[in-house]
Amino acid sequence: MTAFIPDHSGPGMTARLKDATGVAVVSLFLGIPMIALHTVDVGGVLAVATRWPWLIAFAVTMFTGRLVLQFALDHLKINKARRERARPAVRATRPWLKWTGYAVLGFSIVLPIMCSGNRYVVDTATTVMIYVMLGWGLNVVVGLAGLLDLGYVAFYAVGAYTYGLLSTHFGWGFWETLPVAGALAAGFGILLGWPTLRLRGDYLAIVTLGFGEIVRLILVNWTDFSGGPNGIGSIPRPTFFGLPFAPAGDGPTFASFFGIEYAPEHRVIFLYYVILVLALLTNLFIARLRKLPVGIAWEAVREDEVACKALGMNVTNIKLSAFAIGAMLGGFAGVFFAARQGFISPESFVFSESATILAIVVLGGMGSQLGVVVAAILLVLLPELGRDFSEYRMLMFGAAMILIMVWRPGGLIASRAPTVRLHKEAQP
Amino acid sequence: MSNTLTPAANQGGKLLLEVEHLTMRFGGLTALNDLSLAVPAGKITSIIGPNGAGKTTFFNCLTGFYKPTTGNVRMHHPQYGPLLLNQMPSYHVARKAGVVRTFQNIRLFPNMTVLENLIVAQHNALQRASRFSIAGLFGQAGYKSAREAALAKALMWLTRLKLLDIADTAAGNLSYGTQRRIEIARALCVDPLLLCLDEPAAGLNPRESAELNELLLYLSREHNKGVLLIEHDMNVVMRVSDHICVLNFGNKIAEGNPAQIQNDPDVIKAYLGEDETDQEAA
Amino acid sequence: MGQFIQQLINGLTLGAVYGLIALGYTMVYGIIGMINFAHGDIYMVAAIIAVTVLTLLGALGISAVPLAILITLAVVIFFTAIYGWSVERVAYRPLRKASRLAPLISAIGMSIFLQNMVQLTQGARVKPIHAMMPGGFELFTHDGFSVHLAYTQIMIISVTIILLAVFSYLITRTSFGRQQRACEQDQTMTALLGINVDRTISYTFMLGAALAAVAGVMVTVYYGVVDFSIGFVAGIKAFTAAVLGGIGSLPGAMLGGLIIGMIESFWSAYLSPEYKDVATFGILILVLMFRPSGLLGRPEVEKV
Repeated sequence: MTAFIPDHSGPGMTARLKDATGVAVVSLFLGIPMIALHTVDVGGVLAVATRWPWLIAFAVTMFTGRLVLQFALDHLKINKARRERARPAVRATRPWLKWTGYAVLGFSIVLPIMCSGNRYVVDTATTVMIYVMLGWGLNVVVGLAGLLDLGYVAFYAVGAYTYGLLSTHFGWGFWETLPVAGALAAGFGILLGWPTLRLRGDYLAIVTLGFGEIVRLILVNWTDFSGGPNGIGSIPRPTFFGLPFAPAGDGPTFASFFGIEYAPEHRVIFLYYVILVLALLTNLFIARLRKLPVGIAWEAVREDEVACKALGMNVTNIKLSAFAIGAMLGGFAGVFFAARQGFISPESFVFSESATILAIVVLGGMGSQLGVVVAAILLVLLPELGRDFSEYRMLMFGAAMILIMVWRPGGLIASRAPTVRLHKEAQP
Repeated sequence: MSNTLTPAANQGGKLLLEVEHLTMRFGGLTALNDLSLAVPAGKITSIIGPNGAGKTTFFNCLTGFYKPTTGNVRMHHPQYGPLLLNQMPSYHVARKAGVVRTFQNIRLFPNMTVLENLIVAQHNALQRASRFSIAGLFGQAGYKSAREAALAKALMWLTRLKLLDIADTAAGNLSYGTQRRIEIARALCVDPLLLCLDEPAAGLNPRESAELNELLLYLSREHNKGVLLIEHDMNVVMRVSDHICVLNFGNKIAEGNPAQIQNDPDVIKAYLGEDETDQEAA
Repeated sequence: MGQFIQQLINGLTLGAVYGLIALGYTMVYGIIGMINFAHGDIYMVAAIIAVTVLTLLGALGISAVPLAILITLAVVIFFTAIYGWSVERVAYRPLRKASRLAPLISAIGMSIFLQNMVQLTQGARVKPIHAMMPGGFELFTHDGFSVHLAYTQIMIISVTIILLAVFSYLITRTSFGRQQRACEQDQTMTALLGINVDRTISYTFMLGAALAAVAGVMVTVYYGVVDFSIGFVAGIKAFTAAVLGGIGSLPGAMLGGLIIGMIESFWSAYLSPEYKDVATFGILILVLMFRPSGLLGRPEVEKV
């Protein structure tokens, strides 16, 4: 092969072709038992059917895909190296992050006004906000305190069922349930964390995963308490300070009180703003906590537990506080979820939910509040956009998770702003 | 035992830490054997000995990371009276008894800035002032002033240890010698009565090591801190120590002032082996 | 009494399967210190391939049961090992230097990917195969309860024992085993000694996948039904087993698997089948509270 690639820039064409051929061969082997051969039900008995052309197509796709990808990567690397040489050694702070944050905030406020006619958009945006809130809550535990929690959804469930049960049995409203549910979720967090937080990282992961499953299984099986797999239905929706969102009937409604035409969108928009306010409060709360001693201590525990002990810090209590606050925020999100859906069942609190929330935190860049927003948008919208080819959407979702992680192992926004600065003038 | 902290100078030499018959066994291995030692305030006490002599194990027993098999470590605290360190939870050793250590393989919070490292060290005071975050959340005056005080203290030690320029840099990105200084500064922010330094001179260049000597003398003489030092660098040990304790295979083989130690035949033997008696290496 | 023995046998069988999968978790954890979340799905892939191979063999007229099972084992191990290799290559190797959580997320992504891939290519329906080894011994009857030991149970337990023996030999006596253990201790140093760390890690993944493949084949033969979603639950149980036994410890993984198999079968029989998983996780939490490194795990002495 002639050397057409200039001086530097890694392997030549032969190596690339070899590499791609290798990929194609492996794909062939991977594809034989899955793509080329498959079993079909013929009158109650399985029979093997073949799809050899598909396998060939798959291998060819992998071959060309690999070649194209490698060339693209090479190109990127050269460009990056060139840029790096041009750039001064010290990396400047990134003020654009702040502006992006404000832009996202502004957009989220005007979104329902812009799309008031489109219920689907507002609904999806509400879902994004729930995940943002959950992501921020889990971010305290995973991103700041560095505790791997694979059962976060349990606290979400505690919040949801607290509202579901209190509202249907005792007629509690949304706003008075909120603090109770938060406290209850935090209590569960302490209950789980107290005996287990001294475990090292991966043990904690399985214990929290187990806890999440325990909660779900109890909800499924303890029918008298939770309604079992059928869940709890007809949960009252939140009202606008006592004014229900309903067509005119007995008593004042939101529409009649403000003298406007009743429209079902009102509630959707109202719900959106409720979660927006909850999420913004959460953000404010965490941003404050992060600068307080407890927040700095969370990060210190993440960095080096032994050093923390040597400095006289009670590591267990610090971890516990992170766990409890994360759980509380999850509980809040759960209350909102129950109020919005009007129906809850254990189906909503499976492990893959925990995994999605964790993925939002890690993909976003651990500890980064804005990163969580970006990742939540991405992870909610990806499957939504994929609805047209719904069979493939979860496949794409899994693949996207791998690719983003490999592309940016530190997450999408992987920068950490110090909580305190000495040289004020250096501030952007 | 007096109940108040009297000014530094005239307190020097007052007994601070008492180690009594300390023994630490790991399975069949005796890492420390019946070790007794007294550490006074305002003085520098050094522990030396060949690698594996049990020096770091001794520190770990002292600071609550290991529970000694037998024996006691008693801290004579000017406020709380005698405290048994070996019966405390490990974080109380620093928080209550005022014994703070550094680590042989530096343990900073690498992704946090130097200043943040020093603020973390004041966690307990700040946490109390923030009323466990509640007052802090609403920015009350009491917390604000505590925070100012914490910053001032951090600033003082940053200045004293010549770290001011790099206060906003992530600690993990700095050079080895600087990281050692940061670790000492961080320990000082806890306001220790007894500062335990595990090989603070390791990896320092001659100038940095001379500065360390000066700092250690300053801390013990001006701030009346007890300093307990594990060190291999004899330039440091012999110049600053008031008292030296030599360990070998977990046993104390000699104790005394630098001159006595330099001429002790057992010490020379431990360092050089049986046959050769080369003076200058001791 | 009769029921007790019967549950013991059932628990042992189930435990052997969990143990085999748990070995894969523990080996991977030992060498790169991370949870291979996609391991349960590797087991599922193996089970699905086993269905295809067994059906194919049936169509080809190879009906001698031992021969069919041996061929199936060989074929499934071969393909599953390639899956194990590819998973490592795609989702873990690029992240070897990243934070601990990054590979965990890519592993979760891989797990989602594999499940949906199988659902797409093989269909979502449950796949039944005809019983290959029906029957068994009736050991004894006590108080009108007869205790059975199925041929498939004998197969599972004996194959597990044989594999364990081979496997211990591989790890403790061969040069690959030495390299593997060296990588567990210190990858940098191992590389400096001229050992190809990447290759050792790849082999470890392939070996783990091969063990999962054996488990997959045996479960297919034992239960006779398989679908694309069996990986998750089995994976979690096996992971629990690995942690219970002390992650990184090979005998621990087997012990953990057996304990979990026992808990499940006894709890289902005597208490309530609905809460068997609650019991499993509850006991895991209890054990870890009192033995934070698992039953046979080396206690982590904090080096300061």
